[in-house]
Amino acid sequence: MKKRFGLLSTDGGRTIVASLISIVIGMVIGALVVLIVGICTPTIGLKGALDGVRIILGGLFVLGERTEAGALAFGFNSVSMGNMLFRAMPLVMTGLSVAIAYRTGLFNIGAAGQYLMGTLASLFVALSIPSATVPAWIIWTLALLAGMLAGALWGAIPGLLKALLNINEVIACIMTNWLAANLVTWAFEVSNLKNVAEGTKTAYIYKTTFNNVATSKLGLDQLFPGSQVNGGILIAALFAVIVYIIITKTTFGYELKACGFNRYAARYAGIHDKRNIVLSMAIAGSLASLGGALYYLSGNTEFYWNTYQTLPGEGFNGIPVALLAANNPIAVIFTAMFMSMLSICGTRLSQLTAFNEYITNVIIAVIVYMSAFSLIIKMFLGRHARKDEPLVQAAVALTESLKPGKAPPDAAKASDPKPISLDKGGADQ
Amino acid sequence: MSLLIQQTLIYAVPLMVVALAGVFAERSGIINLALEGIMIFGAFIGVMFVRLVQQWGWFTAAYAAKDWVAMQGFALLAMFVAAFFGCLFSLLLAFAAINLRADQTIGGTALNLLAPALVLFLIRIIAQQNTLSMAIGDSPSWFMIKKSMFGYGRTAKMGFLGSTFVDKAYPATYVCLIIFVVMSVLLYKTRFGLRLRSCGENPQASDSLGINVMKMRYSGVAISGALAGMGGFVYAMTTANCTANGDVAGFGFLALAVMIFGNWKPLNIVGAALLFGVFKCIAALYGSLDINGDGVYWLKEIGVSPNFYRLLPYAITLIVLAFTSKSSRAPKAEGIPYDKGSR
Repeated sequence: MKKRFGLLSTDGGRTIVASLISIVIGMVIGALVVLIVGICTPTIGLKGALDGVRIILGGLFVLGERTEAGALAFGFNSVSMGNMLFRAMPLVMTGLSVAIAYRTGLFNIGAAGQYLMGTLASLFVALSIPSATVPAWIIWTLALLAGMLAGALWGAIPGLLKALLNINEVIACIMTNWLAANLVTWAFEVSNLKNVAEGTKTAYIYKTTFNNVATSKLGLDQLFPGSQVNGGILIAALFAVIVYIIITKTTFGYELKACGFNRYAARYAGIHDKRNIVLSMAIAGSLASLGGALYYLSGNTEFYWNTYQTLPGEGFNGIPVALLAANNPIAVIFTAMFMSMLSICGTRLSQLTAFNEYITNVIIAVIVYMSAFSLIIKMFLGRHARKDEPLVQAAVALTESLKPGKAPPDAAKASDPKPISLDKGGADQ
Repeated sequence: MSLLIQQTLIYAVPLMVVALAGVFAERSGIINLALEGIMIFGAFIGVMFVRLVQQWGWFTAAYAAKDWVAMQGFALLAMFVAAFFGCLFSLLLAFAAINLRADQTIGGTALNLLAPALVLFLIRIIAQQNTLSMAIGDSPSWFMIKKSMFGYGRTAKMGFLGSTFVDKAYPATYVCLIIFVVMSVLLYKTRFGLRLRSCGENPQASDSLGINVMKMRYSGVAISGALAGMGGFVYAMTTANCTANGDVAGFGFLALAVMIFGNWKPLNIVGAALLFGVFKCIAALYGSLDINGDGVYWLKEIGVSPNFYRLLPYAITLIVLAFTSKSSRAPKAEGIPYDKGSR
């Protein structure tokens, strides 16, 4: 009990607890939906529903096959573990993107479009440069840089519109999202990168293993055999540390924060608020697009190019990742892993039960909904914590005793005996 | 030409209604970013209702007898149900934004994530695929009015007005237009409307005059949800053959842009919605659009990629916003949770 209040006594601790509360409520609501839908659907029934709930809560540890009795088997699953790390990689990047924009008071809902532009640029570079003449690692590096540059330019558009014309960045970001979806479809449609070698596949781009420009595994595949994991997750983690240093340890990071708190006060203090807004969005864009570049350069993913009607979920899931992490870049690594764990659970759910993976999106949406008032939750936690602190208790006792109607206990005893018999607090003393 | 006008109306009218939904919320002081999500939810509920009623066999006899008045009554009923559930769904936003003083942008984003997720989860379980469609027949055969219903033969001409506004039109579009006018009058010519708008400009002053700010903001968001839910279903019925797939292709966000471009005023919104309707219509029909009636599909023949037409509505939105941003005037108190104590 004491330890819990210890955690609640600091602001950071309260943030962690508030995020955990959001997660728990999200999971409970997801489980409830599965339970209710399962019981109401005759073909699923209570048993199927309970299996669904088990997978939602522990899908990461479900083994591939059911036991002979038809029950779920649990245990360490290296494929799921490795895939969790792999899928966390783009989420770390989009989460960082949303987080750094949020520091400047901007809501970057355009991560999806930036992600697509990064994918476009990096895949074009990676697949167009002949790997027979140029070393693969140079192409790979160039592809990453091209992706980042494309994302930076794309992110700068809403930044410029916000800084110069004061257009709401949310609307601008959403429009650039759909523009990106259409542009990417258009560019790949006229390109010669469409996968024609495998005849059964339509509307896919070649994998980067096609010309051996794939992200190095860095030995992680031996740690998690059979999974898709590669060195990209380490690069993503490295970027999280870099962003952390930029935000907390540099003048530039401080300027970004100042613009976020009050743009006009920052300008008064001599900070170029317009430049910082554009830069913040450009950095956010390059981070999100790096996520796309890393994901599709990995060699075991294929890009579905006919995407003009859909936006990648990784872009939007950067929002809950950043919100749960309270925009702390280091925490983003862990919340991204939580989100990718949810997505593994979703895949498992559609493989092993009659439910489908969309329930994990419901959970994520509930978590975002909870995060919208995490500040209220934090205040609520803070109030409870304060009651327990000895100094606060002393202060409360002092103010109570100083209230006009209530004289100090021994004085009251002497003058008027009647209140004492009614007042339990006084009688105890 | 009549096809262009007819199709433009089909896109523009839901856009108008949903933009007005946004106006109701923002005029009361709540940013309703969840329009897209509410539309998706309303479309799902409407299609689900149509499907269930068809399965119960309520309107089967009327359908067989080609009783189009009864069919239109059915469509109206479905619109009402979609509006009701859209209203319920929007209360989630109202509760977070008004009672809990949550960040309205994040709250709206949460609903935008929740609606497609929940809808797709249920559709997959109900229909074992990603699209929920009607149980019997298709949208034109149930809800469209055709010239044959008025005694015209297959080759008879209805004239320009007839072929533009009657033949192959959905009366739901006109119902939406009427609702748009009625709701605009409600917002701008009644005591209730004035009170609601005052809460979006200066809630402290409204409160001091005895107006219940919370109640006004709740009604603003609830009306907004009802309009958006209905707009979502009408969109699904008229452009997506009465199917729901957890997606309205950014239509709700386009409506937000229309609202900003229309400067939060109904008449300007009509103009803005018509402009976007034309571009949406071109994007959807560029291949079969015969603008001046000479039998030449000009847009198709100039050889521009269809991708260009598809990205046009979004590019135009950005450009128009860039040019009109200087004169735009948002409600003053929008997005700020009402706090009785603050000044």
